[in-house]
Amino acid sequence: MSGGAAEIAFDRVTKRYPGRAEPAVRELTLTVPAGEICCLVGPSGAGKTTAMKLVNRLIDITEGDITIGGTSVRSLDVTGLRRGIGYVIQQVGLFPHMSVADNVATVPRLLGWPKERSAARVDELLDLVDLPADDYRARFPSQLSGGERQRVGLARALAADPPVMLMDEPFGALDPITRARLQHELLRIQSTLRKTILFVTHDIDEAILIGDRIAILREGGVLAQYDTPEALLERPADEFVARFLGADRGLKLLALRRLDELELAPLDGADGPGADGSTTLRDALSLMITAGSRSLVVLDGDGRARGVVTLDVLAGLAE
Amino acid sequence: MSGPLAQTQPGEPVIPDFGEGSECVVENRLFCPDWVRDNWSGVLQPALLEHVKLTLIAVAIGFAIALAAALVTHRFRLAEKPFVAFSAVVYTIPSLALFQLLVPVTGLTVTTVEVALVGYTLLILYRNVLEGLRGVPADVLEAARGMGLTRRQTLWRVELPLAVPAIMAGLRVAVVSTIALATVAALVIPEGLGYPIFLALREAFKTEIIVAGALAVGLALAADALLVLAERALTPWARARRTA
Repeated sequence: MSGGAAEIAFDRVTKRYPGRAEPAVRELTLTVPAGEICCLVGPSGAGKTTAMKLVNRLIDITEGDITIGGTSVRSLDVTGLRRGIGYVIQQVGLFPHMSVADNVATVPRLLGWPKERSAARVDELLDLVDLPADDYRARFPSQLSGGERQRVGLARALAADPPVMLMDEPFGALDPITRARLQHELLRIQSTLRKTILFVTHDIDEAILIGDRIAILREGGVLAQYDTPEALLERPADEFVARFLGADRGLKLLALRRLDELELAPLDGADGPGADGSTTLRDALSLMITAGSRSLVVLDGDGRARGVVTLDVLAGLAE
Repeated sequence: MSGPLAQTQPGEPVIPDFGEGSECVVENRLFCPDWVRDNWSGVLQPALLEHVKLTLIAVAIGFAIALAAALVTHRFRLAEKPFVAFSAVVYTIPSLALFQLLVPVTGLTVTTVEVALVGYTLLILYRNVLEGLRGVPADVLEAARGMGLTRRQTLWRVELPLAVPAIMAGLRVAVVSTIALATVAALVIPEGLGYPIFLALREAFKTEIIVAGALAVGLALAADALLVLAERALTPWARARRTA
């Protein structure tokens, strides 16, 4: 299992802990297509981390099955399974006594790669996560900032080029600015690597930003809804999902789209603040409100007016 | 002046016989460099080497037992209480009493001495090894498991290396206290730095007591310094701090 990406499929997976009446995960069925990011979100106690750890068998499945690229995780040797899955956790868990290079080379060494191949791979990955190899290779984890540690954690998880990655609130402990930067780095890396990623977060905004699809779990490990961010925001399946998305889900929906995607009305002497086409609809709405205007002028790259968007258009989008 | 003069009875010779020697030795002054020079290769150096040997053997065996016990305990928690109880009881027995208990079994031999010395190292070494193994952060262990390290690989590549500072701290205490305790071995066998002290005490010969005692202290300091250097060499990561 290496290179490319592979589909992850949960088939009626249940996890029951001995001595507990309610299962932690109940009959979970969902498929993450190869090369997509699936965010698992939900309140605490919804079993999102449990569901993720069933994939690399850090927790054993009670009933049902999970397949990766069609192969049941239960049929594989557990250490071999784990070495073929990238694993990133919130606290990173770098080995404090090993240099950055040795940390990143952990799985390649376990797999018996020759030294030169491991070393070349380490340099390649450090460059990928934007840590210049010459500067960072020999450092110890204690010499890194929180953001740098998680970059190394990501490089370490990618080392053996696994088709599947599990990420457990990887950016949850970072400050907002570092978190935003790493979220975009992940998306940039994903745009070239196209791994299948199961990404656990409790932050719905992070899920909307990162996920190709989002699985919302409710207490007791029941899947409430599994859909693309747009579909969730436009059509929450029930009251629970709507509440979880928040009262501002209309704004979140607007944040997913840009002015370029709209058909513009002709200028017709309309007035209002100006914004270029890459502005999100959420920011466009904000501009109208702060300017006290019911319309906004969309500008092209040279600052010339291309057309107009009105408040009515934004209000009617979710129809 | 206290000592032999104060204890002598009327009629006995007032000055004990310190044999042939310089004026300094005959008068039993506080410190006689010439005696040290004359007796270095015949008395002091052999005693020092024996002392080193007694200590090394005791700490090596003690460490092997403590490490094995700590590894067992790390895997099976139930083993902790009996081992702590046993080693703590041994630790509390006064050394003189322990020698007395052992002599009928093992006789006036090196074995008697080593069994006692090993016994005293167990508690500190066991506790420190175990504390070191248990001090490994949970996130590090989870990452190790998640990446597919086996239990054995986790132990050798992650847990033991990270336990080195705690283990070295235990070794330092064990070595220094064993060097001090090994002087008592002279009650059982004529070996180690305790033996010249033991002989000199009978005659209250000051130079020999002072020099042998100073050698024991110096040996302890030197051993401790060596262990500190060894720890630094083994754990470059522990001293690495943010440079940025």
